[in-house]
Amino acid sequence: MAGRIEGFFSKLERTKVWRSMFRSGTGNSTLRRALAIQQSLFFHILPTKVRKRMIDLKATWYLGVLTLGTFLVLVVTGILLMLYYHPSVPQAYHDVKDLKFVVSSGLFLRNLHRWSAHLMVLLAFAHLFRVFYRGAYRPPREFNWVIGIVLLLITLLLSYTGYLLPWDQLAFWAITVGSNISAAVPLVGDKVRFLLLGGHQVNANALLRFYVLHCVILPLAAILFIGIHFWRIRKDGGLYVRQTEPANKEAQEDSQTVTEKP
Amino acid sequence: MADEEKPDSPESEKEISRRAFFTRVGLGSLGIAAAGTLTFAYRYLSPNVLYEPSPIVNAGRPDSYPPNSVTLDPKMAIYIIHLQQGFFSLSAICTHLGCMTAWKQSLGIIACPCHGSKFTDEGVVLHGPAPKPLPWFKLWLNADGELLVDRSTIIAPFHFLRI
Repeated sequence: MAGRIEGFFSKLERTKVWRSMFRSGTGNSTLRRALAIQQSLFFHILPTKVRKRMIDLKATWYLGVLTLGTFLVLVVTGILLMLYYHPSVPQAYHDVKDLKFVVSSGLFLRNLHRWSAHLMVLLAFAHLFRVFYRGAYRPPREFNWVIGIVLLLITLLLSYTGYLLPWDQLAFWAITVGSNISAAVPLVGDKVRFLLLGGHQVNANALLRFYVLHCVILPLAAILFIGIHFWRIRKDGGLYVRQTEPANKEAQEDSQTVTEKP
Repeated sequence: MADEEKPDSPESEKEISRRAFFTRVGLGSLGIAAAGTLTFAYRYLSPNVLYEPSPIVNAGRPDSYPPNSVTLDPKMAIYIIHLQQGFFSLSAICTHLGCMTAWKQSLGIIACPCHGSKFTDEGVVLHGPAPKPLPWFKLWLNADGELLVDRSTIIAPFHFLRI
């Protein structure tokens, strides 16, 4: 049975249609496997080769990839929540109530969105501390640290703008307090608050602005900076591995490189 | 840019090459376009008309506020306070981070639920983190004998309205 399936795929990979889509060809040679990464739109941001100890759990604890994972969960559940949510007063509150009590799986999706959001903030901070204490921010990776800080700010802004959307008491007063904190910026504080809320009070304008920021502007900014962040990992010499890492077992593995199979 | 060319004489030092001139014109127009875009964006993002309630509130007849009473209008975020000295109106918005305060009858104080600021019934800070006292709003009687409060006009404290 297994041989049959394998045979089917090896036949499929030789068809004209398949070869028109995947030009790297088949086979297990290093060149073919490198080409499979390099010639794909989705993989070409990744290095064609990585050291095995770079993708070891011990090296990074996978905190960056896990943060990306929560972001992807948030994108999917967020788009689904948008199908039932109107960013208007007082409809927003009733829509969230509907998601909770009326829509099938609405409660599950909303809770998934909420918990993933909390987890993403937590993981982003964990990733930051891991990078900091490993010294992985040092040259040549110092600019990627800056990109990481931008991503942390975008994450926090996403968290903050999403907080208003349920339009309940907690949301209203949290955003009242938060927008007043932004008013503490010297000279331009009141203007910043006015532009953020689209008025002097947390109101329909503020809800709509936060909705657009939360669902369009900030996610697009996040995707852009995530792209740069990953690209720079490759350009700055791959994932950071400490030079003083114990060399017993890993030194052997180091002599052979593996192609990455994401 | 200009140092690509070697000046022939001291007078030509002030002259710039054609290339440098066009570079400056190009950068200048880009700068003007960028400033225009920023102005446009700023003006578009600042609403010209706000559908927010009027700052002037009709608080009704003075006799609906008994002596030694503190009455909160939560919709308008103001207190109408009637003490022995007379009437006055306080903002109900905490001066710390903008939460709505509440009158605690049993304690005789105005308290903020968000971060625990406390005020007297005259708006004086008893307990932080509020940095400033609650502002006093302009309060007057209209021709029909009703109290009006202007929430956009802050007056000096301890100016009571005697009726």
